[in-house]
Amino acid sequence: MRTVIVDYESGNLHSAEKAFQRMAREGDAGEVIVTSDPDTVRRADRIVLPGDGAFAACRAQLYDHRGLFEAMREAVLDHARPFMGICIGMQMLATTGLEHGQTEGFDWIGGTVGPIRPDDKTLKVPHMGWNDLVLDRPHPVFDGIETGHHAYFVHSYQFHVDDSAHLLAHAEYGGPVTAVVGRDNLIGTQFHPEKSQATGLEMIANFLRWMP
Amino acid sequence: MLKTRIIPCLDVADGRVVKGVNFVDLRDAGDPVDAARAYDAAGADELCFLDIHATHENRGTMFDVVRRTAEQCYIPLTVGGGVRTPGDVRALLLAGADKVSFNSAAVANPDVVRAASDQFGSQCIVVAIDAKTVSPGKWEIFTHGGRRATGIDAVEFARLVASNGAGEILLTSMDRDGTRAGFNLPLTRAISDAVDIPVIASGGVGTLDHLVEGVTQGGASAVLAASIFHFGEFTIGEAKAHMQAAGIPMRMGR
Repeated sequence: MRTVIVDYESGNLHSAEKAFQRMAREGDAGEVIVTSDPDTVRRADRIVLPGDGAFAACRAQLYDHRGLFEAMREAVLDHARPFMGICIGMQMLATTGLEHGQTEGFDWIGGTVGPIRPDDKTLKVPHMGWNDLVLDRPHPVFDGIETGHHAYFVHSYQFHVDDSAHLLAHAEYGGPVTAVVGRDNLIGTQFHPEKSQATGLEMIANFLRWMP
Repeated sequence: MLKTRIIPCLDVADGRVVKGVNFVDLRDAGDPVDAARAYDAAGADELCFLDIHATHENRGTMFDVVRRTAEQCYIPLTVGGGVRTPGDVRALLLAGADKVSFNSAAVANPDVVRAASDQFGSQCIVVAIDAKTVSPGKWEIFTHGGRRATGIDAVEFARLVASNGAGEILLTSMDRDGTRAGFNLPLTRAISDAVDIPVIASGGVGTLDHLVEGVTQGGASAVLAASIFHFGEFTIGEAKAHMQAAGIPMRMGR
């Protein structure tokens, strides 16, 4: 089995690579490689899409890699391979992003990515640091994870899903902040599992054995 | 609810921890990677490495330290010291840093903050501000380890770098650094009130109450300390428990 972390030159993949490789090794889940080659992505058994920075820039950068998005779409939508988006990689699942102008997302999970506006004006943006998760729906990727466990967030925009059935977990920050979205073979985390110690590593391990 | 962060900071020179770290049985008290691993296990919320002799010649040693740390620690890592250009930021991010901190270079040219945040995102751009009190309610930026006055007002500068896209400010009070007399609270409060981005308080921690004050009176989102943790005076767990008991939400356990 092969899991690919899609590299479109957005941010630091080193930690994600090491975290997924470690959990794959411990769970006997095959190999984990970082790649920007469309054919490798098309043939992968599992796909991880990271992303740091701004929605519009990530989207543009992904499209700059000719054939990469199409390969991902084929594997994920046509062949239903398990997919995990992280941070902007999760946000891009939405229909539309509103960071730095209006940008089309993949529209794999209906919704809009808009600015975080805490109702308490003393709260800082970005929402940066450890926040406790509230699990809204059971999911195999939450195996061993409980409401109250912490994850590491750093973002100024959040995913508002159209269909509440696609909201799997949230955190509180002057109102609810979407933490995990998903449907069928897709899951996305706003926080960084590769930076969330035991909780994050456990979710990575769960993803690597998830059979949607 | 978002928790207040405790960030141990390691001064690193030529790939070694300056003065060492002696709070647990480390194989090598001078190895930053060993220390980072111990802090990760102890429940630190983030880590900070400051390369205090960063030059182009010895950069490679720091990359190696960052790379090895990122392979073993699954909490965020900020790296600062000698960061001048977006190219320096990129090299550290590729080595495995999650955030990179500008200091003197941002004072010399605040536009570098915008260039870096446009390219890599605000989430990974920290600006370290070293400030000294020049008169009551007035603080000035100092560079070169606090030796060089710049005439720049610290609060104005904080607003400028925030509007240029910094994601966080690491604020060190140069008149308190090393004194163990506590954070400069009026300075911390003034900067924290002036910007919407998180402020990390640094400089002067001698007791656990100082950490509490940085948050309750200074308005900091995170507190950074070095010596009280490195020499085993207090553990990260004790610091967290103390802050939690004072009513500050902390990440206890998972």
